[in-house]
Amino acid sequence: MKGNEVLAEAAMRAGCRFFFGYPITPQTELAAYMAKKLPTIGGTFLQAESEIAAINMVYGAAAAGARVMTSSSSPGVSLKGEGVSYMAGADCPGVIVNVQRGGPGLGGIQPSQSDYFQATRALGHGDFYMPVFAPSTVQEMADLIYDAFDLADEYRTPTMILADGMIGQMMEPVLLPPERDLSTLPAKPWATSGSRMERKHNVINSLYLSPNKLEDTNYERFERYEQIKEKHQRQELMSCDDAQIVVVAFGAASRIARTAVRDARKKGIKAGLLRPITLWPFPTKAIDELCDGGASSFLSVELNMGQMVQDVRLAVNGRASVDFYGRTGGVLPTPEEVLQAIEKVAAGEPVVQSAEPGAVGSLLPHPKHRKSSYERGE
Amino acid sequence: MARIIVDDVFCKGCGLCVAACPKGVLALDEERITPKGYHPAKLVDPDGCIGCASCYTTCPDVAITVVK
Amino acid sequence: MAKPNKALIKLPAYQEERIGTQIAEGETIRAARPHVLTDVVTNYCPGCTHGIVNRLVAECIDELGIEGKTVGIAPVGCSVMMYDFFNCDMIEAAHGRAPAVATGVKRVHPENVVFAYQGDGDLASIGTAETVHAATRGEKITVIFINNAIYGMTGGQMAPTSLPNQVTQTSPYGRDVSKVGYPVRISELLATLDGVAYVERVTCDSRQHIMQAKKAIKKAFQNQIDGIGYSLVEVVATCPTNWGMTPLDAFQWLRDNMLPYYPLGVYKDVVADGFATAADAALERAKDCPIAQQKKED
Repeated sequence: MKGNEVLAEAAMRAGCRFFFGYPITPQTELAAYMAKKLPTIGGTFLQAESEIAAINMVYGAAAAGARVMTSSSSPGVSLKGEGVSYMAGADCPGVIVNVQRGGPGLGGIQPSQSDYFQATRALGHGDFYMPVFAPSTVQEMADLIYDAFDLADEYRTPTMILADGMIGQMMEPVLLPPERDLSTLPAKPWATSGSRMERKHNVINSLYLSPNKLEDTNYERFERYEQIKEKHQRQELMSCDDAQIVVVAFGAASRIARTAVRDARKKGIKAGLLRPITLWPFPTKAIDELCDGGASSFLSVELNMGQMVQDVRLAVNGRASVDFYGRTGGVLPTPEEVLQAIEKVAAGEPVVQSAEPGAVGSLLPHPKHRKSSYERGE
Repeated sequence: MARIIVDDVFCKGCGLCVAACPKGVLALDEERITPKGYHPAKLVDPDGCIGCASCYTTCPDVAITVVK
Repeated sequence: MAKPNKALIKLPAYQEERIGTQIAEGETIRAARPHVLTDVVTNYCPGCTHGIVNRLVAECIDELGIEGKTVGIAPVGCSVMMYDFFNCDMIEAAHGRAPAVATGVKRVHPENVVFAYQGDGDLASIGTAETVHAATRGEKITVIFINNAIYGMTGGQMAPTSLPNQVTQTSPYGRDVSKVGYPVRISELLATLDGVAYVERVTCDSRQHIMQAKKAIKKAFQNQIDGIGYSLVEVVATCPTNWGMTPLDAFQWLRDNMLPYYPLGVYKDVVADGFATAADAALERAKDCPIAQQKKED
């Protein structure tokens, strides 16, 4: 099964019976799978008129107490930002899947991790975060969507699966999670599902005209965030026990970095891999422990111009050097490129970027690439 | 005999009931001020009220109770 | 439609002390606050017709006995705080998105009665896409549309339904149709869509018109209960504050200017046209289209 289909299948097994979405490449298989299967298990698939409508349908369904999700890719996720902000403000659980493609703007349709900032910082306006899971295998597409739904319900928050076109399109063997007994889903006494005249009416709302009241609700929400940070940081460590150089990479980039780290070990470099599984909360505790254990350098490898590296720097907090290597626009670095970057770090030389495939060039593109099209006579 | 009772908590003294009353027996009570600072509606000629609820129907603040 | 049993009209508990104590023995209550309204004083300006329409919605919910299964969607605009005024479950939606939120709720709980209450900026400008598509999907929801030709909450800007030459904060020289185009006639527009079961335009400037508006709103709810299709009632309303008039003068301006531009009446009623549902009417309309006539195998 393709990663996107696995994600859809696992979501249904996790108890999701409502899907609202809008077509966009490269997540189309997910919606198509939902459209085919959901009606056969008593669920609802609805293709909305827009991403904005889709996320607001998710908001309504979540408010009504359902396990609900939407999926999209980068430009579509931008449109969902408004609705996600309302969901956060009204404490409505739901899962948003972003099978990332390159950006900005219409960008491209090749794999990218250029929405790291958007996912972990500012999907919508206002003071909020949401848990973000980053699968790196098709198996994790299945496992993490299950967790994303449970975490969303437990903490009454939207959660996100931040995948990319590579894992979405990839085919790998997978062990699907068990079918969730729907009667075990958490009760939602706050849901606006009709009072049946048996309780006081429920209100789902994110408007607080009193600044003090709004501050109180934000404080309360951030207390939940603190609990999430405390209990739900997740990462995978590979050859980190004695690592001096720790490569930090998530999702598709981590698959390339894994090979590069193995190759570095073969060359005698004490390299390890830290793969964040949750991007928010960022695995700061693991980074702390690695610093305690003697890691002196971190290298963030990403499919963008350097976004997660900021979180690595914040977590390292000056205790080790932090470098970055990445490719953007849908270009995947080769393991050799990443290995060269690791070797630069090992040699104490600056890690440098290149727009030239297969080469480790300078941090800014080589001068010949830096010229404007006018200067190049185009 | 019909009459109306105005809830000062809700009445905003807009006067729509006064205009709607077919018998002309309502007025804004200039002598009184509600907690929100309005002159509330008042039945000034209790004998004239026929309980038609025109005032109730046009009141935007649902401040009027009609009894008979 | 059954008339409410007047003998059963009760004061809400919160008015017992204030009003109940003034009622003498032998007197019966002929009209009182609907049960589904809370004890909250609205944020509406004095003489604002939102209050009248809120009450009509409340009366319909009470009379249909659906408070326990009603979920209301409040918009952004002057009626943004509606969730404070109603005792049924309420959701506050983002600007214009009420039909999408209503869709989400209705799909999860088809047995519930879901209504969206929206103003002209919300429904006919920022939320036009959501409105048109909820309507064309035949979403079984009830939409109450307040058209007062202005943005009230933000202080009187030009609305999609502001009249030609109408002066507002953002059309200080009058709405220049050569530059900003023409007002949107929502009822006429939606009546063309197959998913729509019922659209009527009403107003609330007089007792007679208010009673007519109530009949329309009740029908829009009843249609949903009966599963007939999407129903919308457009209420031509006033905004005395931002029109810069007394409530009574505003009614006169509405009669003089709004009603000629926005004629009252039923724009679509599939039941009156002899169909059981909007879907049946749509099928008939597409009778010459073979693929549209294919029977679905469930």
